[in-house]
Amino acid sequence: MKKKIIHIDQLSGNISRRTLLGGAATAAVVLVQTASGKTIQEGVSTTELLPDDPTKRVGPLPGEVGTRSAFEKLVKKPSETSSRSPLQDFYGIITPSDLHFERHHAGVPAIDPAKHALLIHGMVDKPMTFTVAELKRFPSVSRIAFLECSGNFRTGKETLTPQDVCGLTSQSEWTGVKLSTLFREVGVQPKASWFLAEGSDAAIMTRSIPVRKGWDDAIIAYAQNGEALRPEQGYPVRLFLPGWEGNTSVKWLRRLELSDQPFMTREETSKYTEPIKDGKFRQFSFDIDARSIITFPAYPKTVEKGWIEIRGLAWSGRGKVVRVEVSTDAGKTWAPATLQDPVLDKAHTAFRYLWQWHGEATEILSRVTDETGYRQPTLKQLTDARGNESGYHFNPITAWQIKSDGTVLFKPETT
Amino acid sequence: MRKSPFYICLVGALVAVTLDGCFPANGKEFTGLSVARPDTVPWPTSFGFGRKATSAEITRLDIDVRPDGKGLPAGEGTAAVGKVIFATKCAACHGVGGVGGPNGSLVSTNETTTKRREKTIGNYWPYATTVFDYIRRAMPFSEPGSLTNAEVYNLTAYLLTANGIIGEKTIINAQTLPTVVMPAQKLFVPDDREGGPEIK
Repeated sequence: MKKKIIHIDQLSGNISRRTLLGGAATAAVVLVQTASGKTIQEGVSTTELLPDDPTKRVGPLPGEVGTRSAFEKLVKKPSETSSRSPLQDFYGIITPSDLHFERHHAGVPAIDPAKHALLIHGMVDKPMTFTVAELKRFPSVSRIAFLECSGNFRTGKETLTPQDVCGLTSQSEWTGVKLSTLFREVGVQPKASWFLAEGSDAAIMTRSIPVRKGWDDAIIAYAQNGEALRPEQGYPVRLFLPGWEGNTSVKWLRRLELSDQPFMTREETSKYTEPIKDGKFRQFSFDIDARSIITFPAYPKTVEKGWIEIRGLAWSGRGKVVRVEVSTDAGKTWAPATLQDPVLDKAHTAFRYLWQWHGEATEILSRVTDETGYRQPTLKQLTDARGNESGYHFNPITAWQIKSDGTVLFKPETT
Repeated sequence: MRKSPFYICLVGALVAVTLDGCFPANGKEFTGLSVARPDTVPWPTSFGFGRKATSAEITRLDIDVRPDGKGLPAGEGTAAVGKVIFATKCAACHGVGGVGGPNGSLVSTNETTTKRREKTIGNYWPYATTVFDYIRRAMPFSEPGSLTNAEVYNLTAYLLTANGIIGEKTIINAQTLPTVVMPAQKLFVPDDREGGPEIK
């Protein structure tokens, strides 16, 4: 039957539709016109979709939403509790919203924004409730900043990708109302020193946050990268605390309660606390220390002799990145990498370093220094400082082994 | 693409005007190279968006419990009753007696293994009130929010008893729970990292 493709609706990213059509070879769902002139919806294969010469067939007409090329297979790596960003597949510093890492404690809630409100009460002059529409009427603010889970460290085998090692960090432009604007509106009392932030998920997730962070740079965010928040990122409204461990940026935010003491919730006592020396445990460790990682070349990529642009990301929860150094001789010598503008406060910063590889087996590493003078430590420096247990806030220098055949492997270090 | 030169000219003209410096903003002369307006523009005392929350609205959502006991509801519980509830509603995930379940042990045992010691309520949780707060807000995982306050008190009493922190006859309620001292409380210290060259 001769058929004519008249409209390509969706390329292969949509798994549910492909499954619906029952064929793994289906590359797209299209509107086709049959020989008898009838228009029907049909799945087509990659072969049918791809003409030998794209200049000989008119392509899809303008659509309602864009699609990712069927040739690009960017996926998060989900486990039962989190889903990691494919850092090795990214360019620049913005994480595509659908590839932002996920970490939540009882799934992603479905929330109707028309029925959602933010309650602020406790040590305030005027307890108030704000609908999502009302939050959007306040003066708004946007900033580009990273969000990283403090449990973002993996090691143990050579076949780990940047996504495996460090995929619980992502970056977006966040838009919302400054929390200080709302603090002003409700009249936060001078003796209030902490506030509880509570989500509307099935874990009713809570964290206690010092009030000074609320006055400083906290955002009640309702948008991400130019559109409303994704459900996985807290739709319709979340707390966003630049530079602080991801768990404190409570999603699906429904309530803030001002208090003169922390609430000692489960997430700030039995979780998100880490061992240090002498059998002690560090609590309320909010700031993300500076970290960097080479995202190319990295496992499972291979390299060829000649010029290689080493690329990666660096960031600090305490300010701007001021320097990234790269070593191509297993840490014996270091040279400054080029930082790509913009270099933003508490933001992923792209770096690159041009390297001519002659085929020798070696290791490549990166280390970042932030504007406080903090330099990313080695794993040994971290364990020397904290004792021999890993835990949250582990940000060691990551090394990639370059084998003489061009294979690239993660270097799993042990203490 | 024939239109391009026209657009370039237009953009050029706009940039020139902006760089020249002064333009009226909200009735005031606003000077500077930056197009962005600083947040020094006078704001009203109140924008008047949102409304006062009613006490009923606050009561409905205000479920948190602080270490000093603020927020604990009426009611009470004991370990004996809690033990039965635990076996029915909790043991599938947290193990018989709170030991060794797929979602983590809650009860400490004296067994020493080569593995790193598992963190439990008995050896790691610094405040007893957190046990009540967390069970009430998030457990059981498959049926969150389904437990009555009495059931939560009973489960709290059971878990504290199983960890050897309170006696099995102790009645747990809004008065007694905040007085329970957890063994791990003295192990927690505030974050001392502050940036700068020192690795902490």
